[in-house]
Amino acid sequence: MLSRVADNLYWMARYIERAENLTRLLEVNLQLLLDFEHLNDEQVTEHWDPIIRASGDEELFYELYEKADSQTVTDFLTFNTQNSNSVLSCIFSARENARMVRDQISSEMFESLNNLYLFLKSANSKTVWQHGAWDFYYRIKEHSHLFQGLVMATITRDEGFEFMQFGTFMERADKTTRILDIKYHMLLPRVSDVGGAVDVAQWIALLKSASAFEAYHRIYVADVNPMKIAEFLMFSPDFPRSIRYCVKEMNAALHRISGCPSEKYSNEAERLSGLLLSELNYGSVEATFNEGLHEYLDHIQSRLNEIGASTFKAYMFQAPVDLAEEIQQHQQMQQ
Amino acid sequence: MTFEDYETGDFFDEMFEPSGEARPHYRKLLERYSRLDKEDFDRKRQAVDLSFMRAGITFTVYNDDRGTERIMPFDLMPRIIPKSEWEFLERGLKQRIIALNLFLKDIYHEQKILKDGVIPPSYVLGAKNFRREIMGIDLPRDIYIHVCGTDLIRDDKGNYLVLEDNARCPSGVSYVLENRNALRRAFPNLFPRAGVRPVEHYAEELLKMLQYINPNPNRAPVVGVLTPGSYNSAYFEHCFLARQMGVEIVEGRDLVVRDFKVYMRTTKGLQQIDVVYRRIDDDFIDPSVFREDSTLGVPGLVSAIRAGNFAMANGLGTGVADDKVMYYFVPRMIKYYLGEDPILQSVETYLASEEKDYGFIINNLDKLVVKSANEAGGYGMLMGPWASKEEIEKFRDLIKADPRNFIAQSPISLSRHPTYADSAFEGRHIDLRPYILYGEDITIIPGGLTRVALTKGSLVVNSSQGGGTKDTWVLNSDE
Repeated sequence: MLSRVADNLYWMARYIERAENLTRLLEVNLQLLLDFEHLNDEQVTEHWDPIIRASGDEELFYELYEKADSQTVTDFLTFNTQNSNSVLSCIFSARENARMVRDQISSEMFESLNNLYLFLKSANSKTVWQHGAWDFYYRIKEHSHLFQGLVMATITRDEGFEFMQFGTFMERADKTTRILDIKYHMLLPRVSDVGGAVDVAQWIALLKSASAFEAYHRIYVADVNPMKIAEFLMFSPDFPRSIRYCVKEMNAALHRISGCPSEKYSNEAERLSGLLLSELNYGSVEATFNEGLHEYLDHIQSRLNEIGASTFKAYMFQAPVDLAEEIQQHQQMQQ
Repeated sequence: MTFEDYETGDFFDEMFEPSGEARPHYRKLLERYSRLDKEDFDRKRQAVDLSFMRAGITFTVYNDDRGTERIMPFDLMPRIIPKSEWEFLERGLKQRIIALNLFLKDIYHEQKILKDGVIPPSYVLGAKNFRREIMGIDLPRDIYIHVCGTDLIRDDKGNYLVLEDNARCPSGVSYVLENRNALRRAFPNLFPRAGVRPVEHYAEELLKMLQYINPNPNRAPVVGVLTPGSYNSAYFEHCFLARQMGVEIVEGRDLVVRDFKVYMRTTKGLQQIDVVYRRIDDDFIDPSVFREDSTLGVPGLVSAIRAGNFAMANGLGTGVADDKVMYYFVPRMIKYYLGEDPILQSVETYLASEEKDYGFIINNLDKLVVKSANEAGGYGMLMGPWASKEEIEKFRDLIKADPRNFIAQSPISLSRHPTYADSAFEGRHIDLRPYILYGEDITIIPGGLTRVALTKGSLVVNSSQGGGTKDTWVLNSDE
């Protein structure tokens, strides 16, 4: 497979997963605010600011907007094309990547993505606000699910598929760390509120942002417990959005690409992903909280970045060619 | 849908005799369309447009940063060619491409046709697209033009005339196949009864041709489509063909030349590639030989071809054959190389650089169509009879400054075809671009791209100038 194509497939998958995660996050938090109609401006900002911080784009956000409220945050994370990580930017980029590898993906995949693109191109924030954001986000989520279903149902299990899997789980792992981190960034409510209505609502929102509400409750019933929630989202061996599960899938995809047995490694990407996986396999939530949840999440994010970079180096990196030098060499050979 | 108010005017109408009666090969279609009501028809049209948009069957218009994608307007009324007419066209097109290929091989080797004084050497050697750099290079199977799109028109008597040959990177064949799909979906019951010859094997024939020119007979050839990239206006077509053939679509940056061999950069390292169907012009294909500022091409490609390790369709230097001045000489080429008379007629053409024609052109600009030798897409043209005084003067100056760069032709009253316009069928001018593949055999998929000038009275069919397309049917019989 062409290196460029592997790169395109990887990013296409990542962008779609990214858009879906953002969509869920926004939708859940907009819903959450409906429960707290009495909030004043300051409290609204307290609600949204952590979300912007967790996205990692707070600098750009505060360049473009004065303060974080429902309107500005939604606009920034959904529609603003100056933000290369907004939902719109992500879908546009995914579609551009898909266009470049049209010959490698199924026509159903391209058409569903292109459909979403055409819909978003015609959408604008005003009408979305008028007609209800819920419908809008629902449609994006639905398309993302359709797309991922099509990947599973229409793509040969070859290298291209594995690069898409790797991209999807890489993005998902990263987003789960960021969703967990939001709760860290939220200023703790007054001591009397811990375990109170607001606190519980926030934790539930967090679970919903990771599509984990039902899965969590199946195991822990109605016990909304921060420690357990964190454990579930980080270390669950079976839940498809837990960090551990995602890293397991990333590691497996890498080994299927190289054909190297899973207990060995053939490149740095495999070594690093195996290392992170065993750390997660044997990690405990108690140790994590002792170390500091935020610090631990930071640590995972940088491990993920390293795995991404070394995968790029192993498969997609093209030693830069100095075109001028190349031209000169060939000209000399022709003489 | 009714054709009661349809007027053929003073033109040759593809569907109706001057008497108003439908020509025999259109009768089944007429019957089907007569049973259709307008609402039904409009629904079908919208469904087709929507499906093109959804599937991204678009071309890019370069007018803003990202490029706007548009669908090619598609007219639901197909153009029909009866069996015997098509067989005649096939014979003529084959004769023409054989002669053009012999001509290209000759001028890049011995140049006998020039030495024998059949064509004045200056025309060929001074042509903008003559590539001195490939003189003496032997191409696999001696083929230069592997894919040719020859534009045909019909005059007021219904005679087919060759308008021009596109021997570089003719585009549009993906629309031939997609138009057929669209029409088939819109009228599912029409085809089995109409006896239309299929076109779906084009990609298969293209791949066969590419494999046939494999320069490395000891290897199963690795084939690709070489594209300038996703911002090119015909990118959809490049992907479409690669997908249909099941081969890689590569960009210049994916390729590298080492030891006179061409390699693709893959996840498993460098992998040799043997043949590409290239959709990048000569100028940009190899910056170590042609334009140094090109970032689309690959340095060293020409030397890999010269070493006999790599093949390209179309070959380098074919642009000289679609220089409009060379068009004038094609009948002579046919005579010279094949000893035959041309089967297909050409449009009467004058060369501004020939002394006897020069005065005639300069004095009759208001009656002639003037074309510059190397422009495409409907650019660089003067339509004398419809032009303003200023335009005519502008061209007079241009021709005086550089006569070699211009030809003039008598305006042809292009044939017309019923085409849906707002609420009824009206006659619109059309042309036809069949696609000719030159490999082990010469194959022409039955039909080709019928382009239609959608604007009333317009003669310009190019998509960049507001033209649309029609499905083109070649029948198994004459009715």
